[in-house]
Amino acid sequence: MPELVTATAACELRDLGRVRYAEAFVLQQQFVERRKRGEIPDQLLIVEHPHVVTMGRNAHDENLLCAPELLDRAGIEFHRTDRGGDVTYHGPGQIVGYPIFDLREWKRDVVAYVRGVEQVLIDALAEFGIAAGREAGATGVWTEQGKIAAIGVHISRWVTSHGFALNVATDLNYFRYIVPCGLTKPVTSMQALGCQADRDQVVAAVARSFARVFDRELEKL
Amino acid sequence: MIDVIMPQMGESIVEGTLTKWLKKPGESVERDEPLFEISTDKVDTEIPSPVAGTLGEILVQEGTTVGINTVVGRINDGAGAPAAAAPPAAPPPVAKAAAPAPAAPTPAAAVPVTVEPAAMAEETAGPLSPLVRKMARENGIDLSQVRGTGAGGRITKQDLEAHIDGRSAAPAQAAPAQAPAQQAYVAPPPPPPVPQAVVQQAPPAQQAPPPPRTQAVAPVQEQAHFRGEAPAARVEPMSVMRQKIAEHMVFSKRTSAHVTTVHKVDMTRIAKMRDRVKGEFQARHGFSLTFLPFVMRATTAALQAYPLLNSSIDGTNIIYHRDINLGMAVALENGLIVPVIRNADEKNVVGLQRSIADLASRARSRQLRPDEVQAGTFSITNFGSFGSVFATPIINQPQVAVLGVGTVEKVPVVLDDAIAIRSVCYLALTFDHRLIDGALGDQFTQKVKSILENWSEEVL
Repeated sequence: MPELVTATAACELRDLGRVRYAEAFVLQQQFVERRKRGEIPDQLLIVEHPHVVTMGRNAHDENLLCAPELLDRAGIEFHRTDRGGDVTYHGPGQIVGYPIFDLREWKRDVVAYVRGVEQVLIDALAEFGIAAGREAGATGVWTEQGKIAAIGVHISRWVTSHGFALNVATDLNYFRYIVPCGLTKPVTSMQALGCQADRDQVVAAVARSFARVFDRELEKL
Repeated sequence: MIDVIMPQMGESIVEGTLTKWLKKPGESVERDEPLFEISTDKVDTEIPSPVAGTLGEILVQEGTTVGINTVVGRINDGAGAPAAAAPPAAPPPVAKAAAPAPAAPTPAAAVPVTVEPAAMAEETAGPLSPLVRKMARENGIDLSQVRGTGAGGRITKQDLEAHIDGRSAAPAQAAPAQAPAQQAYVAPPPPPPVPQAVVQQAPPAQQAPPPPRTQAVAPVQEQAHFRGEAPAARVEPMSVMRQKIAEHMVFSKRTSAHVTTVHKVDMTRIAKMRDRVKGEFQARHGFSLTFLPFVMRATTAALQAYPLLNSSIDGTNIIYHRDINLGMAVALENGLIVPVIRNADEKNVVGLQRSIADLASRARSRQLRPDEVQAGTFSITNFGSFGSVFATPIINQPQVAVLGVGTVEKVPVVLDDAIAIRSVCYLALTFDHRLIDGALGDQFTQKVKSILENWSEEVL
């Protein structure tokens, strides 16, 4: 039997380094518009944000544990944004991934997409010997020691934006501004779990895993 | 009118939460322009309008979770609407036949669109007031059959009432054409089940009716639209949970004679112990050690010493509860809930911390069972985690007291005439002065304080 050969769709990988949240947001929107018009293939944008706390569309103020002024004083930016999920923190030592993905060319299923993003991170963490998995009802990637990656997605006409944040060497103290102590499961990072991998290694693993899970040919730009 | 429905955003998805209407009733919308947003599993999705027209009515309010294919609103697509009534900027009417376009690449278009029976079309001369339009709609009246006596042949409320009277006098005449439409349109769906506790569980897919408050909100929105001005304020209906919270808070304030007493507690001993063991604690149990389980443990001991704090009032009787079931306030995305740790006095610090982590996490993911938010006998609220030094909490009825825990802070204190740095927090006890006298409230809080300051129990 001859093997059935199918062309794998392309996905451009752009590691943009450190980008402020507001700028990355505008950039995402530009990519989303171009993706909707079919001018570009799927994108995987990788960034690192300076300290920022963001609130999703459904988050309410009471979820933020301190006044925005206090964040400001601590040198943390604050943004309201249109992704799913509630409040989260991004900062140095974290790999933030924004897949701009047309789900019509994959599966028209938003939950399958989120599960897929979780799988990408679970597989990538496995490469570093970290056992991670899912928790029912709590989207994200979890280890025994706590949540290691957060996910929040926005979809417009089946094109995705926002995405995931993986704690590589994040200073976990910053999560205190948003998580009421004693009332949630803890947050952790690869470093806190004893993994010393550097950022580029982790980005490469995430990219490989992404290509495999979503069946995309990654082209690094 | 075109029905707008909750689309299915994936195979396994049976329901979605409507999080935001991007248009107000009366506002015009282009075909494919984002109309509302839904949320499923941390994914927010913009849903485009299936047709061009004006948003006629909103049937599912923001924050409501409904099954897929539930009609969430209706769009007046302009077909058959009186030209004079249409706003000047309204887009040209779109042929109804063009509406169901299964091949179109937008989520909403992939979804069946139902077309309203022609009998409902409002074909009249002259403008109509929102009231008249609403009456006609609710009574299934074809306005072209009504003779207007108002200015310029305009149909008034009186004309409509006369027409309704006349129609019921000769029902055989109008019934065949209008009855089905009326049935489909007016028959109110069963009201949503009222949850027992303040827990907002998604209703099952089949029971997804628009909440009754739609009716109450409509006039405000119509009025704003009628004036044709941008509204100075935004009207947003409360979620069911918010309504319950509002009701309970006022009910409690009305019921109990609230008094709050505040005691300062030196937490240094516990802070040091926590610093010493927290690494191993985390490694051994998989969750971190906070101050809260210590306060809970001290509270259950104090409740055993002063059982009146663990009671309820029933008329002129006092009910002393045998069990100590500690409620703990958990902040949610848009509300709060008080899950209960049953028989909290039987748990040590590890067990309490485990319950705290478990209940809080499941409260946030909306996975608490109804019995886990019931039968509390005393509550604790940890506003210290939000940075509050002390607050005056409201009693969770039918309990008679609530303990608020302030933030633990290092402060300079005078100790043996020398300035020392100690970890200090304020405990605020709000009690029902109908039953508990100030002296008892203070004795109780002093007991909690004394246990915390002289902590002797091993944690690991």
